[in-house]
Amino acid sequence: MPAPSPPAPVDVVLVGFGWTGAIMGEALTAAGLNVVALERGGWRDAPNDFAVTFDQDELRYYWRHHLFQDVAHDTLTFRNKLDQVALPMRRLGSFLPGAGVGGGGIHWNGQVWRFLPSDFVARSHNLSRYGAAALPPDMIIQDYGVTYAELEPHFDRFEYLCGISGKAGNLKGVVQAGGNPFEGPRSREYPNPPMEMTYGPTLFAEAAARVGLHPFPHPAANMSRAYTNPLGLQLGPCTYCGFCEKFGCGNYSKASPQTTILPVLLARPNFTLRTGCEVLKVELTPDRKHATGVTYIDETGASAFQAASVVVLTAFPLGNVRLMLLSGIGKPYDPRTGEGVVGRNYAYQAMSSVNVFFDDKLINPFIGAGSLGMIVDDFNGDNFDHTAKGFIGGGYIGVVNTGARPIETHPTPDKTPAWGSAWKRAVAANYLKTVSIVTHGAVMSHRTNYLDLDPNYSDVFGRPLLRMTFDFTDNEHRMSDFLTERAADVARAMGGREIKLNRRSGSYDITPYQTTHNTGGAVMGTDPKTSALNRYLQSWDVPNVFAPGANAFPQNAGYNPAGTVAALSYWCAEAITTRFMKSAGPLVQA
Amino acid sequence: MGQSLATLAIAAGLWGLAAGSSAAPNSGPGGGAIGIPPATARDATADLVTWGLPNGGAEPSGAADAISSDPVARGRYLVDAGDCQACHTNPGGAPFAGARPIGTPFGIIYSANITPDAKTGIGSWTADQFYEALHKGVRADGARLYPAFPYPHFTQLTRADADAVRSYLATVPPILQVKPSNRLPFPLNLRFVMRIWNALYFRPGAFQPDPAKSEAWNRGAYLVQGPGHCGACHTPMNFLGAEKADRAFQGGKLEGWVTLNLTGAERQGLASWSQADLIEYLRTGRNARAAASGSMSEVIYDSTSRMSDRDLEAIAIYLKALPGVGSPSRAPADVAALRAGEAIYVDTCAACHKADGEGTPRFFPPLKGDASLQAKDPGTVVRIILTGTRSVPTPGKPTPLAMPGFAWKFDDQQVASVASYIRSSWNNAAPAVSAAQVGKLRRRYAQGP
Repeated sequence: MPAPSPPAPVDVVLVGFGWTGAIMGEALTAAGLNVVALERGGWRDAPNDFAVTFDQDELRYYWRHHLFQDVAHDTLTFRNKLDQVALPMRRLGSFLPGAGVGGGGIHWNGQVWRFLPSDFVARSHNLSRYGAAALPPDMIIQDYGVTYAELEPHFDRFEYLCGISGKAGNLKGVVQAGGNPFEGPRSREYPNPPMEMTYGPTLFAEAAARVGLHPFPHPAANMSRAYTNPLGLQLGPCTYCGFCEKFGCGNYSKASPQTTILPVLLARPNFTLRTGCEVLKVELTPDRKHATGVTYIDETGASAFQAASVVVLTAFPLGNVRLMLLSGIGKPYDPRTGEGVVGRNYAYQAMSSVNVFFDDKLINPFIGAGSLGMIVDDFNGDNFDHTAKGFIGGGYIGVVNTGARPIETHPTPDKTPAWGSAWKRAVAANYLKTVSIVTHGAVMSHRTNYLDLDPNYSDVFGRPLLRMTFDFTDNEHRMSDFLTERAADVARAMGGREIKLNRRSGSYDITPYQTTHNTGGAVMGTDPKTSALNRYLQSWDVPNVFAPGANAFPQNAGYNPAGTVAALSYWCAEAITTRFMKSAGPLVQA
Repeated sequence: MGQSLATLAIAAGLWGLAAGSSAAPNSGPGGGAIGIPPATARDATADLVTWGLPNGGAEPSGAADAISSDPVARGRYLVDAGDCQACHTNPGGAPFAGARPIGTPFGIIYSANITPDAKTGIGSWTADQFYEALHKGVRADGARLYPAFPYPHFTQLTRADADAVRSYLATVPPILQVKPSNRLPFPLNLRFVMRIWNALYFRPGAFQPDPAKSEAWNRGAYLVQGPGHCGACHTPMNFLGAEKADRAFQGGKLEGWVTLNLTGAERQGLASWSQADLIEYLRTGRNARAAASGSMSEVIYDSTSRMSDRDLEAIAIYLKALPGVGSPSRAPADVAALRAGEAIYVDTCAACHKADGEGTPRFFPPLKGDASLQAKDPGTVVRIILTGTRSVPTPGKPTPLAMPGFAWKFDDQQVASVASYIRSSWNNAAPAVSAAQVGKLRRRYAQGP
């Protein structure tokens, strides 16, 4: 059989096809570039993969990980400390990367935030407000090199693409009643009004206002009404079924690449998607300063090479970092010397919660949506004075009724046995009458939290697995305890029978689910000695490689990352189309 | 049957499209529960280069060719208006090379190669021969065509338009492709038998404008009766496959779909549709009252969405002037028996179609007042419940909003109950559906390709 002819060279190859891939594909093809996307997973769409007739299946989607990365094919190894031997994750737990077209954009909750203006200048802002002593020596937080003001149009573009339901708190510098008064100025109102609020979040908001905080509706990529986006694509009104998180949406009610971009993008003649194609390596010229394309295994198992003028890494953050390490793009980070950049500044999210148990209030928590909730942002970022607190950063606090699905959700008061008939009685008595207040805390980057290639374990292709070394530091413990206490203040004001504090304590445990907000590892910044990417998400070392994604966050903020990931992707796409394609080369001189 | 279903499913377009095209409705949920082949990127990009980018429902640029003085441009437009692709292009095959199997009540007929290939196409035909085929149903070699090729409609084409169509077809790449033999029983496999059929049912004749009517009405009448050949599907047929002239546009059957009554009839017809509703539907595949399903999706995708604003308006004017006729429906006798159907509806359907049947117009079609739902023959509604359906993506509305099939989930009685419920709620009125009717349709669509 004759060998198939190699794929024709293209302007841009995208590695991975979730949110960042779809955003880049749409923006780059709209500018006339010829783009190929390679996705290792398969095609997914609502009627075949998560139809309303079978979507609400907790066993299949949550417990059996139907939409998540297959660890038999590829996983990572993990350890808390440098002196430990990392072991492979044979079942995912703490975070759940997606697999297939749409990536995590299929099974996310749809929580779309803008990081605060001060989050983008975290180092210089904290230094100037609190002095050098506020930052411990091993805390290596940095500025992004791009500002909130520069990203504002790109945040706005994503929010209108997704049809975000919400209430603006700051329109062009004027604080708006009912919105988040702490947010950065936005150029216009959200495209859709907030969702209909249910009882639990309403009780929280009333109590929060009583204790002097500023509640507002969670910005949601769940549709509060039927919406047609700027690409002409239609999203249906949300039914509040409570199956967003870890599930696809069969009702077209949750923004995803499938609902907001793909029907238009796939119809463009200058765009091609190839599924079942796993990229093994970005190929470089011998001087390692120019990428020629990518080598991948196609759906038949054959090896192929896709030549491209630009390579954009649009996989999950951990995948982007691993591919850079495997390809020799940039110098790997060494935590002992502090030298090198790829793998540096890995961060995560610090979560805790407080339950409020009622006797007389039916909360009906099964009425839910991924971002259906009320939030206070008074203790996020630097929205409050950190003097003498012993930590920097913060997080939002709120009640988000994602659906209280029965396999996952069985709130019980303190002193309830962990199993047996007493436990069953407690679950039955409290399931309908419990509100859970969550805190969603930032994680600062630290010298010993990083990613590299594992020396012992490899994937099906024989490539080393990614090794994660991560633990919470004093900063996160103090910050999370502080947030938990503030949540408890509101919990007490809600007037329930009792409350229960679920603190974030001890070392990071990678087995129970927390969030899929893995950040850093190939961060953007102003100095090639401390960042892998410049302010345009362009590799300092190989200028025709770009890596938009949460891997670019120098540290993680107290918000869900998708809004900022999307804004950075549009910002990156604009740099490629308006700058790089006119004059290929470094967009920032090192 | 399965094969012709598959081939009449939407050929080109996003996500593989047509629900039920290769249905295996009794399989379990997930990973192909619904009879929609999982689309790949290749499917999705197949035929869209000429289709254009989303335009919010504006007139596509090619629509200006409707009144072009260039016969090739006007011919291309007329080929769209006549939806020639639907039969003469095999899904994934070369344009107009034919050999597409067309399911008829009598057997399978393969469409002709109408590319300019001299041997297997129509490259050697003269203009007169081409006109004779359209006008009289006679091939260049003198053999009779089958009326699956709608010459009873194309006979109305003006000579100038027929010549324009031929001019355009002469510009497409010639393809060497021999037409497979039709699969028809004796004596229908003998083409001369069509002489008898023609003597009974066919009168050649060019379109005669009605001077008493407006120019727009006349243009609409010409498009509907001539190139658009709407009656081929929307007029009921007799046992020999001829349209019943006395029941023109009152709704027929095609490949198991019950086609809509296009007259101004209450309930089953378009009495409640405005002229603007009709135009929006033909342009975008959906409007505030309905979303296209089945073969009509293909007509919209390949034909009406590409037509000019002026022509769609003319069609709407003509259709809205059709007097309201249709068989009356009777309400089911025992409303209490529909409680089971209501329970299923509330659990399963109301999330999109809403408890009051109002749906979300242009997204999830309202069931209240829907014409095809209230057709006397429940074939369309039962089929959609069993196999699911998708809205056709058009430049105006590119999202292929889909409803999954429920065959794997509900038994015949349950499907019958919910179908009966929606046919008699919210002031809808149509005969109840029996489990036996559902069972028959389930067996039909379960056969697969």
